[in-house]
Amino acid sequence: MKFFKTLGTKPWLHDGDVGAVAVDYSGPHIDAASRIALRFILVVVSVIFFLFIITFLARSQYPDFEALSGAPWQPFTDPSRLWINTALLALASAAMQLGVSGARQGKLNMTVTGISSAVCFTVLFIVAQLDLWMHLQSMGFYINSNPANSYFYMLTAIHGLHIMGGLIVLTNVVFRVWYDNSPESLGAPLQLCTTYWHFLLGVWLVLFALLTSRPETINALAAMCGF
Amino acid sequence: MQNVAIADQTVELHDPQTFITKYVWSQDHKVIAIQYSLTAIFVGLVALVLSGLMRLQLGFPDTFDFITPSSYLQFVTMHGMIMVVYLLTALLLGGFGNYMIPLMIGARDMVFPFMNMLSFWVYLLSVIVLMASFFVTGGPTGAGWTLYPPQAILEGTPGSDWGIILMLVSLAIFIVAFTMGGLNYVTTVIQARTHGMTMMRMPLTIWGIFTATILGLLAFPALLVSAIMMLFDKILGTSFFMPALVSLGENLDYSGGSPVLFQHLFWFFGHPEVYIVALPAFGMVSDVLATHARKNIFGYRMMVWAIVGIGGLSFVVWAHHMYVSGMHPAFGFFFATTTLIIAVPTAIKVYNWVLTLYRGNIQLTVPMLFAIGFIFTFTHGGLTGLFLGNVTIDLPLSDTYFVVAHFHMVMGVSPVMVLFAAVYHWYPLFTGRMFNEKLGKAHFWLTFLGAYAVYLPMHYIGLLGVPRRYFAMGTTDFIPESAFTLNASITVSALIVGLSQLIFLYNLFWSLRYGKPAGHNPWGATSLEWQTPDVPPHHGNWGKELPVVYRWAYDYGVPGVEQDFIPQNHPVTDAEHTAGEPEGSKA
Repeated sequence: MKFFKTLGTKPWLHDGDVGAVAVDYSGPHIDAASRIALRFILVVVSVIFFLFIITFLARSQYPDFEALSGAPWQPFTDPSRLWINTALLALASAAMQLGVSGARQGKLNMTVTGISSAVCFTVLFIVAQLDLWMHLQSMGFYINSNPANSYFYMLTAIHGLHIMGGLIVLTNVVFRVWYDNSPESLGAPLQLCTTYWHFLLGVWLVLFALLTSRPETINALAAMCGF
Repeated sequence: MQNVAIADQTVELHDPQTFITKYVWSQDHKVIAIQYSLTAIFVGLVALVLSGLMRLQLGFPDTFDFITPSSYLQFVTMHGMIMVVYLLTALLLGGFGNYMIPLMIGARDMVFPFMNMLSFWVYLLSVIVLMASFFVTGGPTGAGWTLYPPQAILEGTPGSDWGIILMLVSLAIFIVAFTMGGLNYVTTVIQARTHGMTMMRMPLTIWGIFTATILGLLAFPALLVSAIMMLFDKILGTSFFMPALVSLGENLDYSGGSPVLFQHLFWFFGHPEVYIVALPAFGMVSDVLATHARKNIFGYRMMVWAIVGIGGLSFVVWAHHMYVSGMHPAFGFFFATTTLIIAVPTAIKVYNWVLTLYRGNIQLTVPMLFAIGFIFTFTHGGLTGLFLGNVTIDLPLSDTYFVVAHFHMVMGVSPVMVLFAAVYHWYPLFTGRMFNEKLGKAHFWLTFLGAYAVYLPMHYIGLLGVPRRYFAMGTTDFIPESAFTLNASITVSALIVGLSQLIFLYNLFWSLRYGKPAGHNPWGATSLEWQTPDVPPHHGNWGKELPVVYRWAYDYGVPGVEQDFIPQNHPVTDAEHTAGEPEGSKA
């Protein structure tokens, strides 16, 4: 473990490591710094969703909690609408990957196609999520009528906000890097955005699985956490 | 992201030319640090005035008509939240973190200067939103700084209309600001250290700030999550935390929520928050002690391990704040055990500070006085923590002034002592001038003795059973008359301590203009921030060439050298190579 090795060094000794280089200076440093920052962002966002999920499992053990799946009248017993939304987000993720490949190979057309279709699919995902909200409302599943509903609206909203944050950063990357410099320099920052997109797809899959779980599954998960 | 000021960047730095870019929309870490600090000190003064008002009520009940039971609770709440989050966190990390990190690790600036600037402005927005709650209908929230539901959002609690909403929104904004700043701090420490600055050559100040920032990045999400869920409960009528209840004779629409769930989330943030404040303070005090005792810090490696260990342990002790909420005895046992275990690395740090002083060439300068004062106040606060960490002792004491005295000693007075030590220590670097020593010493003695005059009797009245959070005692049989006299004495002391801070403010501004020029490195310190070509450092910090680091930050009292210290950027001589390991520096 490098970390423990680092903590074990004796800095007061002068054993020939004079002027030892702390940082690898061989590459463009901003990319490395941005990669580290992105990792921390992903950790912070993971902690946020982890805590939401833990509270979900704790709250699910109170008698008034009715899971959104299981009984025939519950909206996600048939989750086909959610699969459509998931497909949109997955397509967005794939399109981002295409954009990155294009930027790496210096293929302008491929990059433009990738990024623009990614933005398109992402916006469509958000619209589809909003439409799902309306659908649930029309069926009488209001935000305050049951804690499971509350969690559904809240978690999808928080996830959607993270996606919108991603869109803002992506716009910033495209405009600043592309128009200030050249398409080639788009590769590294676009890779970071793509990682973020994949990550949010992963978060969505977890939320999807959780929100459409039957009561038995939720109870089992809660029991595993000690609730 | 092109305007990156990383350690060895090849892009030329463009100095800001206009007043606006230099002092307002500045991306220079030093200017941002000062912006953060001034804002934090301003809200801190507001919170100080609020504590004075609380003390007036407690010391002299039935005297001041303008302090009502509601406004008293609002003062308590705002005082607590402002001091913990908006003053201490912002000043230690946003202020000192920003100023010190690039200078101490030999970087030109933070890795993402634009995001750093944004962090300050978002923080300022959070402060404005918080301050706005003083001016809305119903005033600020009076729910107590822990904002426990259900009472925090129910009618009957002061500020339940807008105060609580503004508080939660402001906290959410603050967390966004902190995250932007925090990402910068950790990335800069990991990525932008200059040549030779290995992790284990970093001064302990940086280790403290670095670890505290990681704690913040992992702990603040818990506060964000609880703030969002409570906002949903308040505004949209969900029942995450709200149980079924009858309020003012009416059945409310809430049902089935769990108030204890909020407490878990809150304290999962709240306990690491103690260390988010304490760890930077631990780091800074270590550097002040070593510099002014002219001796290497005792057990550097152990100090680093203790910081990292405390950081890790701080995530598994949170429920010791909730013994009175009721929990399974096994959990109580678990959390009491982890709480007592955390005393081990903390005690190691205290012993190491004392052993650093042992046979050192102690200079009783103003920063050193505050640093030694910290060792006293922190030890006292820590010892009462050992009492309260035990379930059976905590239960009767939890709702008394004993707890108030404990946490003020450990995370109020102690970090503030370090902050004063740090401000006096680095003032010559910030401004290029020395502060007035006589005023500084007067400030120290008034603050140090005054803090004891306030908090020692407070432990006693806590042991008598005087409950905290009460507007007035009324007539009670079990509280003797002496408790009331002591309360009056505490109030008088508190007001004197509060007013004595004016000496500090006066000294800051007076010395800015009339202080003696400090010159380079007036304390004879080894760390990099004192080795800049200009004092105070200019934009870009290092002139044309970045410094190269050859040694750790604690080469004080090295035998056989001309001065009694060797700065980090001085090459190792052949004589040192042959001399081997300096005596007394083993971890």
